[in-house]
Amino acid sequence: MAQQTKTIPQSTGTAPHSGSNSETASKSLLQVRDLRTFFPIRAGVLQRVVAHVKAVNGVSFEVFEGETLGLVGESGCGKTTIGRTILRLQQATDGKVFFDGEDIFAASPTRMKQLRKDMQIVFQDPYSSLDPRMPVGESIAEGLLVHGTHSGKARNDLVQETLQKVGLNPYHARRYPHEFSGGQRQRIGIARALILRPRFIVADEPVSALDVSIQSQVLNLLRDLQHEFGLTYLFIAHNLSVVEHISDRVGVMYLGKMVELAPRREFFSNPLHPYSQALMSAIPIPDPRIKRDRIILTGDVPSPINPPPGCHFHPRCPIATDICREVDPEFREVSPGHLVACHLA
Amino acid sequence: MAVAEINLDTLKDSDVESPWVIVGRRFVRHKLALVGLTIVAIFILLAIFAGLLAPYDPLKQNLGPAWANPSAEHLLGLDALGRDVFSRLLYAARISLTVTIVVNLITEVVGTVLGAVSGYFGGWVDSLIQRIVDIILALPTLPLLLFFSAILREIEVPGLPKEWSSAFIIIVILSSLGWTGATRLVRAQVLSLREQDFAQASRALGVGNWDIIRRHMIPNSLAPIIVNATLGLGGVIVLEAALSFLGFGIQPPIPTWGNMLQGVQERLFLNPWLAFYPGLCIFLVTLSFNYIGDALRDALDPRLKH
Repeated sequence: MAQQTKTIPQSTGTAPHSGSNSETASKSLLQVRDLRTFFPIRAGVLQRVVAHVKAVNGVSFEVFEGETLGLVGESGCGKTTIGRTILRLQQATDGKVFFDGEDIFAASPTRMKQLRKDMQIVFQDPYSSLDPRMPVGESIAEGLLVHGTHSGKARNDLVQETLQKVGLNPYHARRYPHEFSGGQRQRIGIARALILRPRFIVADEPVSALDVSIQSQVLNLLRDLQHEFGLTYLFIAHNLSVVEHISDRVGVMYLGKMVELAPRREFFSNPLHPYSQALMSAIPIPDPRIKRDRIILTGDVPSPINPPPGCHFHPRCPIATDICREVDPEFREVSPGHLVACHLA
Repeated sequence: MAVAEINLDTLKDSDVESPWVIVGRRFVRHKLALVGLTIVAIFILLAIFAGLLAPYDPLKQNLGPAWANPSAEHLLGLDALGRDVFSRLLYAARISLTVTIVVNLITEVVGTVLGAVSGYFGGWVDSLIQRIVDIILALPTLPLLLFFSAILREIEVPGLPKEWSSAFIIIVILSSLGWTGATRLVRAQVLSLREQDFAQASRALGVGNWDIIRRHMIPNSLAPIIVNATLGLGGVIVLEAALSFLGFGIQPPIPTWGNMLQGVQERLFLNPWLAFYPGLCIFLVTLSFNYIGDALRDALDPRLKH
């Protein structure tokens, strides 16, 4: 089986945030500690819980102020659930999330409402993320309305200003979602998240549903806004090229767990986890003459209802050994800022 | 930065089309529905101006020429007690249409609110509301209506004239059993709407549950509700007529289309118009409501474009 070189780097000394925003990235804004989100499966007449889908199964990481943390993984690995759990759109089963030092799962409803001004989300599907019966200006203004921060005129002005910030025209506020293209709707979704001037935005696959030509526009918009407003992103994606384009650090998820977390350059030049290596080998190279060894994973992702013992990846891992089948690998730092959950890395 | 997706300058502010404008444009393409709308409008005008249009007092008895055939003086003839059928028909439109419309308003509003609450919150609230719905749906409607009506029909509501007091009781009875359909409909809508990203976005913004229901869930469930209400109008008119025909609805001498059919069976061959005209009114209005409902259903169908 094809196997890429797997050398443990001599301490590369890469800072945890070596990306484009390193000057602003300093303190940790968001800490996720051993987060678990399980979905109960009910069956039978009495609707008893017979099992759980372990969508997020013990994930820890932190996001630094001003950076973009890219979160990749295939469908069903739990990356979207992480984003929603952090924002308390989804009830966590266990674990803690700290935002700016504050335990948000312990926040009272009143406090949580205040916290929501600082934490926003941009959704994947530009069609279902806007209320079809509401002019987009009203959708964008909803945050201001709820928090009562601006009244009438000021609210309108801010909506129009925000529309311009995301590259739309002020008069678009009166239009309905069906009058916009997918890319424009995504801009509207970004405007809605932006209007409360949050510090942290979960971007849940914001470009996956868009044409490639529009993807780069939206990515560049997100980056421009990040610079202008000092935003911190948790950028969820399944496309490594997109993640490489926008992230400062990259986290890889597999079956509810994070298997690797590293600064972008370090990750793309030296992926340590066999799953990351397989993902990396699947990135298309736009040159037909270049040949390379693809790592083809066999089998399917196991069910998150009953994940395999030991390392979750071992049934598909090309280099698995006995210890992988029995012991769940620790998520450990192998070089500064580079964490990996693999016995063999 | 500029948007390259479409040329924004070609779009004028005046082009803004609300979803309801589009619905209106699709609706007017249904010719039968327009005919139906006209018929309903005419009946409503007749009902409102019954006092001016009716040539005789609908309650005035004139036993001499009872069962008189239609003539120039009495356009639709006289009934068993010598009352002018045409005048009674006009006044009956008042009661019948009012009962129908009010019952529908109440049932759709109550049904929408309960359905939205039931679907949005789920859990024990949902179970409670849905079990009540199950129970009401499992009960045989007509015997139950007869039972309630038998108990309640003699009650006089203070402050209301006799004919409206009786109508009020019928409205209460029909409304109390009629909200189940709308509840089920809205609940089903809300079950899927509450999981949509725009509802999640509102939650992420800190919008409260009741505001999400009011601002997002109910407006997005309105389409099927409007269709249901329109089709339901025909149903209520027939139901009210059936109750009144059986003598458990609004009591004579107050005329309704239903109770005007009462007691004319034995003269069906001698004076067929006595049954024909009230029946025609019920038929026309019900049919009209159904066509309007069909057209609205097509017009509100999100899968159709323009």
